Amino acid sequence: MLTKRIIPCLDVKDGRVVKGVRFLNLKDAGDPVEVAQVYDKEEADEIVFLDITASFENRQTMLDVVSRTAETVFMPLTVGGGIRNLGDIRDLLNAGTDKVSINTAAVKDPDLVKRAAEKFGSQCIVVAIDAKRVRPDSMAEWEVYVNGGRTPTGLDAVEWGKKVEALGAGEVLLTSMDMDGTRDGYDIELTRTFSESLSIPIIASGGAGSLEHLYDVLTDGKADAALAASIFHFREHTVRQAKEYLNNKGVEVRL
Amino acid sequence: MITIIDYGMGNLRSVQKAFELFYPEVRISSSFEDILTSDKVVLPGVGAFGKAMDELKKRNLLGAITDVVKKGMPFLGICLGLQLLFTESEEGGTVEGLDILKGRVRRFPDKDGLKIPHMGWNRISSELRAPSSELLKGVPDGSFMYFVHSYYVESEDKNIILCETEYGSNFASGVQKDNIYGFQFHPEKSQEQGLKIIKNFAAL
Repeated sequence: MLTKRIIPCLDVKDGRVVKGVRFLNLKDAGDPVEVAQVYDKEEADEIVFLDITASFENRQTMLDVVSRTAETVFMPLTVGGGIRNLGDIRDLLNAGTDKVSINTAAVKDPDLVKRAAEKFGSQCIVVAIDAKRVRPDSMAEWEVYVNGGRTPTGLDAVEWGKKVEALGAGEVLLTSMDMDGTRDGYDIELTRTFSESLSIPIIASGGAGSLEHLYDVLTDGKADAALAASIFHFREHTVRQAKEYLNNKGVEVRL
Repeated sequence: MITIIDYGMGNLRSVQKAFELFYPEVRISSSFEDILTSDKVVLPGVGAFGKAMDELKKRNLLGAITDVVKKGMPFLGICLGLQLLFTESEEGGTVEGLDILKGRVRRFPDKDGLKIPHMGWNRISSELRAPSSELLKGVPDGSFMYFVHSYYVESEDKNIILCETEYGSNFASGVQKDNIYGFQFHPEKSQEQGLKIIKNFAAL
């Protein structure tokens, strides 16, 4: 039986790990390669690096981080952030990334998802979707935001999800803009709606503050994987503890 | 020398880095001569079956692969590299494969709740033939491996199946016929247990 995945995510800026609170105030938390090694030892199921480096000239720094990580860590690595074209994807794959996550560029040019899937295979093309409830009290209606959650697009998030699946995305990394940084739990309804509407795996993101939140999104939320940052980075829980907790509650995880 | 065949399909660096842990010389190459003069050959790859066959043909590598396999050189196919060894695939119509192993590559059925691709960590059950397999030496039955694929191999000869994995139903996640080995999962991405397979292949 396929297990549910627990995926620590590192925000990386200029080669250093940071954790954004609602994408704004950032704290420094170390060298991404060393952090990745810790998560590898704890048997995290995958790891995600989100490159929030703004400037083009610092992109090379990320390739170096990826290359150094791939020397020592033999688990799937996904890199997202600032990917604009097939050349960016190729550079990251050549450096040792297993999957790339495309967000803003996919909205600007949906055909990029198709071309990337045809060239590199669907299995390495993750589309990241930042979704925000249209009204705070609205039921089952979310809008896609881009540019790190700053720019609304007018796109319905679920329809966009179906479209990227049709274009060849292998997976969706789904972040709730409403919950991200709150530590109040994932947007369960958003995640479940996606999981029931799409046939590709859904990685839930945004809002993890406790182990119970992981449990909720993997059961009620029907997510295939749960991504979390601060609960692991600040060592409130190890990945191992999270998996033992889930296992004890009957969720199939790799232990 | 271990040669990892480069035919433009996917990330070869992580495969190379994993083999470098256990073997002094590991090169990535698409040269016919490099392949023929190796000690061992690895055919990795991710992506579409038809495109992969086209890329192999474009580089005139079909003959090289058949030759080294016939010579008895240890040969390892990973993921798409495993699928290509078989007769044909139903990915994009019917596409001919290398036909070194007899069987067909099929898509997982569209069933309720069965996500495609099959992506993540799943167990291999290897109680049948694995005890006598050099490659699964030290890898316990039921170990977790990392999978990413939408198609699986259906071997005509069930005796070549080394291990199976359950996803909707059971499929062959590892095969061996003489000097030919193939795994549907990614040993180079499967941490400790996967690296044992890499090490065992390097030690053949």
